[in-house]
Amino acid sequence: METETKNNELLRGGQFLVKETKAEDVFTPEDFSEEQKMMRDSVKEFVDREIWPKKEEFEHKNYALTEEVMRKAGEMGLLGVAVPEEYGGLGMGFVTTMLVCDYISGATGSVATAFGAHTGIGTLPITLYGTEEQKKKYVPKLATGEWFGAYALTEPSAGSDANSGKTKAVLSEDGKYYKISGQKMWISNSGFCHTMIVFARIEDDKYITGFIVENDPENGISMGEEEKKLGIHSSSTRQVFFSDTKVPVENMLGERGEGFKIAMNALNVGRIKLAAASLDAQRRVIANAVQYANERIQFNVPISSFGAIKLKLAEMATSAYVGESASYRAGKNIEDRIALRVKAGNSHQEAELKGVEEYAIECSILKVAVSEDIQNCSDEGIQIYGGMGYSADTPMESAWRDARIARIYEGTNEINRMLAVGMLVKKAMKGHVDLLNPAQAVAAELMGIPSFETPDFSELLSEEKAMIAKLKKVFLMVAGSAVQKYGTELEEHQQTLMAAADILIEIYMAESAILRTEKNAERFGEDSQKEQIAMSQLYLYHAVDIITVKAKEAILSFAEGDEQRAMLMGLKRFTKYQNMPNIGELRRTIAHKVISENNYPF
Amino acid sequence: MKILVCISHVPDTTSKINFTDSDTKFDTNGVQFVINPNDEFGLTRAMWFKEKQGATVHVVNVGGAETEPTLRKALAIGADEAIRINTPATDGFSVAKQLANVAKEGGYDLVIGGRESIDYNGGMVPGMVAKLIGANFVNTCIGLEVEGDKATAIREIDGGKETLKTSLPLVIGGQKGLVEESDLRIPNMRGIMQARTKPLNVKEPVDANAETNTVSFQKPAPKGAVKLVDSVDELVNLLHNEAKVI
Ligand SMILES: Cc1cc2nc3c(=O)[nH]c(=O)nc-3n(C[C@H](O)[C@H](O)[C@H](O)COP(=O)(O)OP(=O)(O)OC[C@H]3O[C@@H](n4cnc5c(N)ncnc54)[C@H](O)[C@@H]3O)c2cc1C
Repeated sequence: METETKNNELLRGGQFLVKETKAEDVFTPEDFSEEQKMMRDSVKEFVDREIWPKKEEFEHKNYALTEEVMRKAGEMGLLGVAVPEEYGGLGMGFVTTMLVCDYISGATGSVATAFGAHTGIGTLPITLYGTEEQKKKYVPKLATGEWFGAYALTEPSAGSDANSGKTKAVLSEDGKYYKISGQKMWISNSGFCHTMIVFARIEDDKYITGFIVENDPENGISMGEEEKKLGIHSSSTRQVFFSDTKVPVENMLGERGEGFKIAMNALNVGRIKLAAASLDAQRRVIANAVQYANERIQFNVPISSFGAIKLKLAEMATSAYVGESASYRAGKNIEDRIALRVKAGNSHQEAELKGVEEYAIECSILKVAVSEDIQNCSDEGIQIYGGMGYSADTPMESAWRDARIARIYEGTNEINRMLAVGMLVKKAMKGHVDLLNPAQAVAAELMGIPSFETPDFSELLSEEKAMIAKLKKVFLMVAGSAVQKYGTELEEHQQTLMAAADILIEIYMAESAILRTEKNAERFGEDSQKEQIAMSQLYLYHAVDIITVKAKEAILSFAEGDEQRAMLMGLKRFTKYQNMPNIGELRRTIAHKVISENNYPF
Repeated sequence: MKILVCISHVPDTTSKINFTDSDTKFDTNGVQFVINPNDEFGLTRAMWFKEKQGATVHVVNVGGAETEPTLRKALAIGADEAIRINTPATDGFSVAKQLANVAKEGGYDLVIGGRESIDYNGGMVPGMVAKLIGANFVNTCIGLEVEGDKATAIREIDGGKETLKTSLPLVIGGQKGLVEESDLRIPNMRGIMQARTKPLNVKEPVDANAETNTVSFQKPAPKGAVKLVDSVDELVNLLHNEAKVI
């Protein structure tokens, strides 16, 4: 099911930074079709019936329960949403895939991880890179949950440096199979998987190669004990040892030496889906937190009547709203890009691969932003519950522990920050996104005399949109000068990269919320979007602050003298509000809605 | 066997209930609607007849276009066809008349309704439909088997059960017990996709005047705050002087 594609001049990945996106061109959660809403409701019902009531059991290393839920998810058709129909799946579009991933992941990180590892990195590499025979053999079983999949890339000595693995694949003398030997670590679903995508090096190849390996203990495969983890207690995570494991040559995935590319492309999808998987977890934390706050009486009143608690609820709701806005905006871009490529004659496989790759920058941005949002949200959830939040008898502490992993796997948030900026710079160099001219225009503007005209900001969100345009200039100013200064050595200057990434992330997130709200105000009326307007303004206000701090940090570390002064002046100009929002009022407006609905109501 | 399941589109039990127009109209703003739980038990039993005995299952609802998602959900669960009678559901009699017309035209052997809808709790519709189409009727039905044109129905009676033998055509007012809560089905992804291509026919209503009109609704008085008492004496004193129950 592809949602309708309106705009043909679809922005390329990363282009949001230099081209204005119109509100009517963004997809928002309010655009879900009847059918998508029904799917969402079904998934919610499934979670409320099969997962949420057993939440406590998931904290007691009940791996069999996770497996059972996964099997039931398979019966519901949830594991095959993204799989093409000819391989036993439902062939749904990218947005629907994200939607299902979003709502199935909210109750416990154990299921979220099992689901993500199976459908994303465990199945997707085969649908994207597999031969017809491989797809026919494995995908239908994986799509229905008859079999479960895992993905074995990480090794004790190869984590973030994923291509440095020592696992070897040696061709047999008769040329019929490879013998794989080596040790993999942190492999999700390993305890109950039937297949693994294993990455190993052939001879002294520069890049690793992917293989589809059936999990057969008779074939030199053994497992370590279950890891003792901070969270996701019922997600199976083990070491996997291969000792002369025979893998038929026809099980090589893609070409020899293509493994690293496969691994990275699978992770692009994994990253945006991990963002989606951190959304319903936030909604559930917020719903529980506000219900508790409305019931908990201290000083003779519900604690939700305290400004300090309202502040938290308002911020929590805002980050969930912003995360939704950005995740589905990017998800739809990917879906549209795939549709365009299919129309242009690409195979579905090729189209999907390129469609996702195109938005790899957005995938990294979202992974970082939303994984940090769920961390903060669950942290404040604990705080609202007070002592009870620290107790394993309430759902807050497990939410907090489970959230922690999202900042580590699918590429750590540091790696993803560097990737987001690095890929953008690369795209600029390749001419896919023109950053040079806009950056030069900003540099010229810095030297020019600022305009003293008072713009007319009477239109809804017009000042906010003008602010976004200015924040983009901050990025161009900082990143542009950094590239000029360091050239290809930019990679070595990680502190600058981190700062630039944060600026980029804040821009994308804030803009996505503003566009969603603007689109909805236009069609549903401004009155109906009072709180959404407040959330967009509140988020932007924080974004401006963060960007100010990060940009200043970067400028101070690489510019001196006049250049530094000019850039700091520019920064001031580009982060200046004409009318400062009343933050207290915004938070009260948002909190009032959350408190009176006793839920996350957006 | 042709089965017609009457599906009422009702607010979710967790909805906040408010009224507008000087307490004469239910305020649907922000309210989530679901299949009436009693009807869902009936629908699930109908699915059993479909799967085990090859029955055909149609679902029907009296209501505006806003009720279609509820019918689509019934299709996603597995009903073969849906009918929406395009008129607002006003009172029990007019709804029964619309349903009876569909039931008669379609020549259904079994009409499954719910014992009552959980919104207005009238509890009269299935009985009236039975009368209007001249079928047998079993209310508060908690078990149903059909063999040929004979049916065995179990009815809940105060403190026990009654087993009845009757024949088709039959109308039941169903409830929990027809199937258990754990048997209720969540529409699966394929069912949802198939629902898109199943017929949902909109029928214009027959003439039927509402025989009763709502004058006003009243909500129960809000619960007072809980009072914690420190001693039995104080409790007795409060029960006697304040609550005046002892
Ligand atoms: C519960 C769990 C489940 C997992 N599931 C899977 C799975 O199913 N399959 C799989 O293959 N892997 C899986 N992983 C592995 C996971 O992807 C890695 O842990 C992750 O990529 C980080 O690698 P590492 O642990 O070796 O950390 P390291 O790479 O050693 O990183 C340590 C720290 O150094 C930083 N760092 C590393 N390199 C750089 C750099 N170049 N510049 C700046 N900072 C850097 C990191 O950001 C981090 O903060 C899982 C891990 C966990 C904990």
